[in-house]
Amino acid sequence: MSLLQIEGLTHFFGGLKAVSDFNLELANGEVVGLIGPNGAGKTTVFNLITGVYKPSRGRIRFDGHDLVGLQSCQIISMGIARTFQTIRLFRDLTVLDNVRLGHFAQARYGIRDALMRSAKFRDEEKRIKDKALELLEAFNLTRYAYVPAKALPYGEQRRLEIARALSSNPKLLLLDEPAAGMNPREIDELLERIAWLKDEFHLTIFLIEHQMRVVMGICERIAVLDFGETIAVGAPLEIQTDPRVLEAYLGKEVS
Amino acid sequence: MGPKSRITLVLVLLGFALCIFIERSGLLSAYILQISMYVGINIILTLSLNLVNGYMGEFSVGHAGFMAIGAYVSSIITVRVFHNQMGPLVFPLAVIVAGIVAAATSFVVAFPSFRTRGDYLAIVTLAFNMIVKSVLENIDALGGPRGFMGMSRLTNLANVYAWCLITIYVVRNFVYSNFGRAVLSIREDEVASNLVSVNTRQMKIMVFLIASFFAGVAGGLFAHVMQFINPRSFAIQKSTDILVMVYLGGIGSIFGSVLGATVYTVLLELLRPLGVWRWVVGPIMLVVLMICRPTGIMGLKELSGLIPREEQVLKEKEGADVVTASD
Ligand SMILES: Nc1ncnc2c1ncn2[C@@H]1O[C@H](COP(=O)(O)OP(=O)(O)OP(=O)(O)O)[C@@H](O)[C@H]1O
Ligand SMILES: [Mg+2]
Repeated sequence: MSLLQIEGLTHFFGGLKAVSDFNLELANGEVVGLIGPNGAGKTTVFNLITGVYKPSRGRIRFDGHDLVGLQSCQIISMGIARTFQTIRLFRDLTVLDNVRLGHFAQARYGIRDALMRSAKFRDEEKRIKDKALELLEAFNLTRYAYVPAKALPYGEQRRLEIARALSSNPKLLLLDEPAAGMNPREIDELLERIAWLKDEFHLTIFLIEHQMRVVMGICERIAVLDFGETIAVGAPLEIQTDPRVLEAYLGKEVS
Repeated sequence: MGPKSRITLVLVLLGFALCIFIERSGLLSAYILQISMYVGINIILTLSLNLVNGYMGEFSVGHAGFMAIGAYVSSIITVRVFHNQMGPLVFPLAVIVAGIVAAATSFVVAFPSFRTRGDYLAIVTLAFNMIVKSVLENIDALGGPRGFMGMSRLTNLANVYAWCLITIYVVRNFVYSNFGRAVLSIREDEVASNLVSVNTRQMKIMVFLIASFFAGVAGGLFAHVMQFINPRSFAIQKSTDILVMVYLGGIGSIFGSVLGATVYTVLLELLRPLGVWRWVVGPIMLVVLMICRPTGIMGLKELSGLIPREEQVLKEKEGADVVTASD
């Protein structure tokens, strides 16, 4: 069963066609990669899925719902979560609060419970805190729980971003260049973690990367963008040998 | 009830006893008593504006407009509707209605300004403040520019104190909840906040409603200390004063607001000999603060007594290996 269906997705920034007629289906439990050189339109695809921009054309369906036109917060509460290419944590909030925020849409108390600190409020807050601490534990961040996010080392900040994304209990996780700024050893660790995440949280993962090496190992399928156009979709081995992909990549990496 | 909440309860009751004693005994001069009430009213104004400008990081500059609505609404209720013939419950109710009307009005302001992203709030609230003032100046039935009078002195130290406590309690409970965390995240990165499932538009409207409610309440209390109000009392200068108190005491801090309101109110009184020049102090302080210490004295820090117990870092409980900000 397909979880995410993207059809004819097109987006203009003024005169610039950042994404052009992009089509992709993600089946439940799949790990799919989105690669392409700088400026190819990869991040824009994520921004369109999560409602940061409204697409100029095209349809996005997730779990049977149309996403186009919804606000980001509605899309996220349906079960999509994402991380950002450049870290976008709430820097002055504690690590724990960053993770607790992901529970916003699921908190089962209203403003009146909060203002009165009712029993329902207290139970629910405890549940949220326990779940957040569990996630921190799983990501090896427990000891930082009460530190402002900005005080964390880079690698920990990257991990926290993923932990925060998972706190909204997503079915689909969008990772935008999770390996950016990491050394090969850290990248290997990340790949292991992603594989573990997928099983532990029953996730479907859609992953942007521009280093090809990173996606080859974990993705079942890969879509390649260049100047907004989809130049190839297929299994890693097919992609690696596709002449158009090689041209797009080698043409740029060599220069 | 834990020992800490029992101590809080005793302190609150002692506070009430003290208020009543001070008022009955005539220990303090009428002047000092009046200043004390202003301090309390300013705490309510500062704390409520702090929700919008401090915690949420928006920039509302027309808080006095909502205060004006509260002042006029409560005065109409006590003077025109009840002709000062009142049981003990009428004044508290009038103040609550004043808050509700101010909050309802704020919805009209909030809805369009929060529909789109961007810095419309400052402009919209500025215009709102000016419109409220000129509308009041043009309603003859409310005394026009001459103002509205006939209120009895219904505000006393005890009910100012009670409203201060209510404001502090509500703001604290709000801040230390999912809603409060959401508001703080909006302050840092609104787009990201939306992308972790916070309904930012709804949160902004909610915060604005709460803030305006308390501005209306403060207006109601103010009108019944002064026993005379006119549109000029609620001009931009008043809004500026509230801004100074927020940024002086510290954004995103309850204790900061209490401090800022107290220090500034007393300071303005001490500067009375300066005559009209003292009205220059506020704007200058605001500019200096914005440049030198934009987060104010407390700057996003809170007095630990004001933080709910379950939100305090309990090193022993959460494991010894906890790193804290000061390490
Ligand atoms: N908000 C925006 N306004 C105008 N142009 C934009 C905006 N966001 C992206 N673009 C442009 O759209 C194109 C695609 O950008 P996008 O960020 O999606 O690329 P990318 O594939 O993620 O690249 P990178 O590997 O560098 O992250 C680029 O030419 C970029 O300059
Ligand atoms: Mg990108």
